[in-house]
Amino acid sequence: MDLTAFFFYLFASLLIASAFMVITARNPVHAVLFLIFSFFNAAGLFVLQGAEFLALILIVVYVGAVAVLFLFVVMMLDVDFASLRAGFVENAWIGVLIGLVIVGELLAMIYYWSAKVAPPVGAPAITRPGTETLTNTEAIGRVLYTEHVYFFELAGLVLLVAMVGAIVLTLRERQVAKRQSVAAQVARNPAEAVDVVDVPSGGAVFPVTKTQPGE
Amino acid sequence: MSIGLGHYLTLAAILFTIGVFGIFLNRKNVIVILMSIELMLLAVNINLVAFSAHLNDLSGQVFALMILTVAAAEAAVGLAIIVTYFRNRGSIAVEDINVMKG
Repeated sequence: MDLTAFFFYLFASLLIASAFMVITARNPVHAVLFLIFSFFNAAGLFVLQGAEFLALILIVVYVGAVAVLFLFVVMMLDVDFASLRAGFVENAWIGVLIGLVIVGELLAMIYYWSAKVAPPVGAPAITRPGTETLTNTEAIGRVLYTEHVYFFELAGLVLLVAMVGAIVLTLRERQVAKRQSVAAQVARNPAEAVDVVDVPSGGAVFPVTKTQPGE
Repeated sequence: MSIGLGHYLTLAAILFTIGVFGIFLNRKNVIVILMSIELMLLAVNINLVAFSAHLNDLSGQVFALMILTVAAAEAAVGLAIIVTYFRNRGSIAVEDINVMKG
C-alpha cells in the first residue's frame, strides 16, 4: 500500500466518520465542529488530487466563513444551551482531540506535499499544452478570467444578491432610536425656532414646550 | 492497488448519502438540515474535482468554485431566514414552520 492510498483512506474514513457525527450529534455546536472537521478532510482529499487552490478556498470559505456563521447562529439562537453548559467539562477532551487530529493532518499533509514522496493521484489538472510547469492556482487563474469569465461574474453577482438579502432579512428597525431628519432641519426657520420672551424683572422664564424638528 | 477515480466517486456517493440521511434523521432541527445540505454540496465538489483530476481538465475545478460560491450564499441567506424566524416565533422547530402568511 503506497502513501497515496494511505492518505486517501485516512482522509476518506475520517471524512465519512465526521460527516456521520454531524448528523448524529445531539449538540448542534458539536455538529458544527464536526462539519468543520469534515471540510478539513475534504480539503486534504483535494490536495491529494492536485487541486490545492480549491482545497485552500474550501478551508478559507467554509471553515472561515460559513462554519463560523453556523456557529454564530447556533449560539445566538440559544439552541439547547443548558445541556451545552452541563456537558461542557466532560466533553472538553473531544474538542482537544479534534484539534490535535486537525493539526496532525495538516502537518502530515504539508510534509507529504513538500517531500513529494509519492506522486499525487492523477496528473495535476492543467489543460494547456506547454503549461505543465504552472501551479494549480496559476492554471485556474488563466482559465477563470478568460474562458470562464462569465462564471466568475455570475459568482460575484450571486454573492452580492446573497449579501443584500441577508442584510435586508436581519436588519431590525429600532423604534426607540433617534434619527436625524435632514428635511426637518433644513425646513427650520427663525420664526418658529426662536421665541423672544419678555422676562419680568425678578421673575422666571419657563420653557415653552414646542414640537422640536426632527422628532 | 492505486487510488483511482472510482475510489473518489464511491467516497462522494457515501458522503452524499450521509447528507440525505441527515435530513431525514434531523427533521426537527433546521440548522442540522442546512449542515446536511452543506455535506451534500461537498460530495458534489469531491465528484467534480475527481473528474477534473482524472480527465486533466480544469473546467471541473471552476465549476466546483461556482458550487462553493452558491453554497456560501445559500448558507448566508438560510441562516438569515432562521434568525428572522426565531425573532418572530421564538422557535426554529420545523413543524412550527407551516404558516407562510405574514
